[in-house]
Amino acid sequence: MTDVIRGIGVSPGAAVGPVVQVRAPVRPPADEAPTTDAAATHTRVKEAFESVAVTLEERAATADETAQQILTATALIARDKGLQKSIGKHLATGKGPTTAVTAAVEEYAAQFEALGGYFAERVTDLKDVRNRAVARLLGVPDPGVPDFDVPSVIVAHDLAPAETVTLNPSMVRAIVTEAGGRTSHTAILAAQMGIPAVVQFAGATTIPSGTIVAVDGDTGEVTLDPSEEYQRELIGKRERRRSALAGSAGPGRTRDGHPIALLANIGGVDDAVSAAAQDLEGVGLFRTEFVFLSRDTAPTLAEQTEIYTKVFEPFGTRRVVVRTLDAGADKPLAFADLGPEENPALGKRGLRLSALRPDLLDVQLEALGVAAKATHAEVKVMAPMVATPEEAAWFARRVRENGLPSVGVMIEVPGAALLASHVLAEVDFGSLGTNDLAQYTMAADRMEGVLSDLLDPWQPAVLKVIGHACDGARVAGKPMGVCGEAGGDPLLALVLAGLGVSSLSMAPSKVPIVRFALSLHNMATCHGMATAALDSRTAVDARSAVLALAHEGLVALLD
Amino acid sequence: MATRIVTIASSVGLHARPASLFVQAANATGLDIEIGRPDEESVDATSILGVMALGARHGEQIVLTAEGDGADEALDSLVELLSRDLDAE
Repeated sequence: MTDVIRGIGVSPGAAVGPVVQVRAPVRPPADEAPTTDAAATHTRVKEAFESVAVTLEERAATADETAQQILTATALIARDKGLQKSIGKHLATGKGPTTAVTAAVEEYAAQFEALGGYFAERVTDLKDVRNRAVARLLGVPDPGVPDFDVPSVIVAHDLAPAETVTLNPSMVRAIVTEAGGRTSHTAILAAQMGIPAVVQFAGATTIPSGTIVAVDGDTGEVTLDPSEEYQRELIGKRERRRSALAGSAGPGRTRDGHPIALLANIGGVDDAVSAAAQDLEGVGLFRTEFVFLSRDTAPTLAEQTEIYTKVFEPFGTRRVVVRTLDAGADKPLAFADLGPEENPALGKRGLRLSALRPDLLDVQLEALGVAAKATHAEVKVMAPMVATPEEAAWFARRVRENGLPSVGVMIEVPGAALLASHVLAEVDFGSLGTNDLAQYTMAADRMEGVLSDLLDPWQPAVLKVIGHACDGARVAGKPMGVCGEAGGDPLLALVLAGLGVSSLSMAPSKVPIVRFALSLHNMATCHGMATAALDSRTAVDARSAVLALAHEGLVALLD
Repeated sequence: MATRIVTIASSVGLHARPASLFVQAANATGLDIEIGRPDEESVDATSILGVMALGARHGEQIVLTAEGDGADEALDSLVELLSRDLDAE
């Protein structure tokens, strides 16, 4: 039987392997029998928690150091006396065992969530313990990623970031999820690790474990029980792709020699070290949030300087574009809590937070200035969520005061895109954040997987806003780059080049195919593709119109 | 009853790795040990959830109390632990 269903390909590549289903947590049954003998039931509950603790300790014994610490701390939660006391109180009121466990955990979770920051993150561990204990009380297998010993295709409703990072990349052939979207954590992490991934794949969780599936991360196709022939074809495609890409190296340029810099998106020191080892021209987006999140107090000048130096160093004289702190109600900071917001995506985030807490920005800029002087990298600094020329001017002055020679702004608010000539007149460069720009142009929440179609960067309305911003950059005489996921789509990269973008920043695993795509097309073709995409009625029309103009060497690798 | 006052040296305060190490050490003593802020209600020092919910920050003074044989020695070793920057180790 060959059965093909299509999801959305979010990380390129092809793979065949057996399915490992990540099991969803089991909820307490709504009709759970009430507890009559509280003492006896509590003994059973304690045994369940003790067995969870033992399992976690066993896993800790074979894990690497970071995972070991997390697992040991989680085992302590499973043995927590305070938690058992609270469960005992709920059992005494007659609640069934799993209902009592859930209620007691909820109390702690609410307390931790209210504390925010690091504590809010520990809620994940607390709920992990709860899910395991509830599963054991009900006599079903533990939820989460089961142990597996052959390289497999991981299938889940959705993967939490914590689950994704515990996966061993050499054991994961591909990732398929039922939920998620183009810019979900799964998509970004899979691309970062170079693992093929498909999201929004209907019915993913109903595929039995062990089923052989073929996953095409470019087209989003997932084939159950693929024929030998299809497997050969897919593997053949992967090999063709490898050999085609192996022939392309060096700086990005179109066939007729127009330079389009190929850059990496990174989020930390490890990313920096691994990206710097690859054939790319630097960093187009260094997200600095990791320096600030999960902390109680603001990082000091010395701490920040050390981290930034470690990030810049590996790139030698290449460029590194740093985005200043992008936090807000959805990514709260314990030391800069501006209170909950009804609508965090439209709230006090990005540069707006910096305007309210300039002390945080000033320390960050000072640290960046010191680190830039201490290394040879061409450091550029840009602000997130800029909406007006006044904001751009305010930011530019602060950056230049710190001796940093190049300042830019992210163009992710449609208002700033429409006024790009004025906004960019205040700074040295612009960088299109296509994920947020699509979210704000189409009024569709990035975190809503079901709205993926609206967030498709091929939406002609989004492309028109991008085109307008590029026109503004030309008027201001300033370069414009792209640092959203759109830059890593080889076809869309050609359209962006045609619209006037001079650099593309993406997950490093996507650089080779984008370089290859550029090398096959003249700038005139890119202009033609841009016009065709802008004139289209729908996102699907736009992509097919551009595909029709693409070189067959690229088309062969895409479909 | 033995009592000690100690200043939290850990740069991130008493959670994450420091909390986990402290609770493991408290458990290892086998005694009833409580931890809290001066003049506030204390919590069971062997409960990781309780200790984390306390949210003791870097530089803050906290009180340890213990009962039973060897309480003084046990508290001395815990004080020594909390006086180190466990995160930096």
